[in-house]
Amino acid sequence: METSGGGELRRLALHDRHHALGARLMPFAGWEMPLQYAGILAEHEAVRTGVGVFDVSHLGRCRITGPGAGRYLRAVTTYNVEQMSPGTAHYSLYCNASGGIDDDVFVYRMASERWLVVHNAANALSDFQRVAAVAGAAATDVTAATVMLAVQGPLATGVLATVLGFDVGAMPQHACREIERDGRAVLVARTGYTGEDGAECILDSEEAWRLWDAVIAAGARPVGLGARDTLRLEAALPLHGHDIDASTNPYEAGLGWAVSLGDGVPFEGRDALLRLKAGPPARRLTHLATFERAVPRAGYTVIDPGSGTAVGTLTSGAFGPTVRRGIGMAYLPSGLSALGVRLEVQIRERAIPVEVVPRPFYHRSK
Amino acid sequence: MDCPDDLRYTPDHEWIRREGDEATVGITEFACQELGDVVFVELPSPGATVSRGVPFGIIESVKAVYDLFAPASGRVVTRNDSLFDAPEAVNQSPYGDGWMIRMRLSDPAELDGLMDAAAYRVALAGE
Repeated sequence: METSGGGELRRLALHDRHHALGARLMPFAGWEMPLQYAGILAEHEAVRTGVGVFDVSHLGRCRITGPGAGRYLRAVTTYNVEQMSPGTAHYSLYCNASGGIDDDVFVYRMASERWLVVHNAANALSDFQRVAAVAGAAATDVTAATVMLAVQGPLATGVLATVLGFDVGAMPQHACREIERDGRAVLVARTGYTGEDGAECILDSEEAWRLWDAVIAAGARPVGLGARDTLRLEAALPLHGHDIDASTNPYEAGLGWAVSLGDGVPFEGRDALLRLKAGPPARRLTHLATFERAVPRAGYTVIDPGSGTAVGTLTSGAFGPTVRRGIGMAYLPSGLSALGVRLEVQIRERAIPVEVVPRPFYHRSK
Repeated sequence: MDCPDDLRYTPDHEWIRREGDEATVGITEFACQELGDVVFVELPSPGATVSRGVPFGIIESVKAVYDLFAPASGRVVTRNDSLFDAPEAVNQSPYGDGWMIRMRLSDPAELDGLMDAAAYRVALAGE
């Protein structure tokens, strides 16, 4: 595992907890992050069949408060966040003037005039500047002041109900609410990045160790970024910087549902998105799976066996531990993106057969 | 870290167990820990020639791809086909069920140039 050197890495508030649990650490987006504890496959399995807890405090967190907060956010995000009910969360995008995706974000409307946006770690600084440019002093970066824990898996809401003392499982998907624990506010949201049931908690960084310890004591296994990646890939959730970026647009990425054009409110990228939406995308983010055990990885070439030509490059890929197939995503010409189309992925000297499959690769049983 | 005394070791963390003119090859417990969970193994077919220090196969963990380097020269007698469907055996039992190939040695004296367990433990202490 090569580590990219240089620069001071930021440490998580719970760094000592991760160290004590035997975490193997890796640099990620300027942070020293747990890659794994017991092992990626065991952690992946724990989230699919039990409950795992992730420290995702590296994600940027920006609070926007006051009259006009919703309007400020609407000016920078693709989704019509102003129509969100207080106590709900929604996925959205920041787009550039060409309609490319500068970041994908989660917007939480805690109360009518109190909002929180969660940004990808690698984009946190520019994202905060984007929000602050319209919201001014109404925007506060609370990344350092808070910790974000994702508790995920079929047993997650049960563990959280025990630890937090209320029926987390009764909250609908994407609901969020603030509760009090140890005298401090905790934002609990029915969101996640694993394809499993669960919730995410954002709380004061000084008190966060209490929740971490309680969740672990209640049976959650600590899970690192390694399993976070295989879990999100099986759930076909895109990773910014890999599957989506400033050169890809929401429609070809299958994220048109996160773009609201009907309200007529201007926002960054809207003109380009209107043009892009006018016709079908020339290429689509396509989901591919192998028939045999194989490990397709980001950067591998996708080949059309009919013509023998390269038709795309994997943006993500892995052996899916739960689906037990090699899985990956690639932007392919729309004509090759239909379900069942047979293609190949070049893995070293071999062209491995793959087929286009529906997303997600993994669907949890309800 | 387990380093059985009856094996020889390479600087790339393969082990080799000599049995007369033949030998069995795998990767060490240290290598397994460094790699993390193994999800794919690609091994040469019986009859293939392998050369000391030259890659003879591929091992993939969740995160990355690694070459397997031959500890000695010779011809592959058999390979551990069970690893194709159950590569986790490499992590679970690196010196047992996780073995990779059995080979006929072309020059058994090559093994004298490899580390014994004591030397390998010293090398690991410096990692």
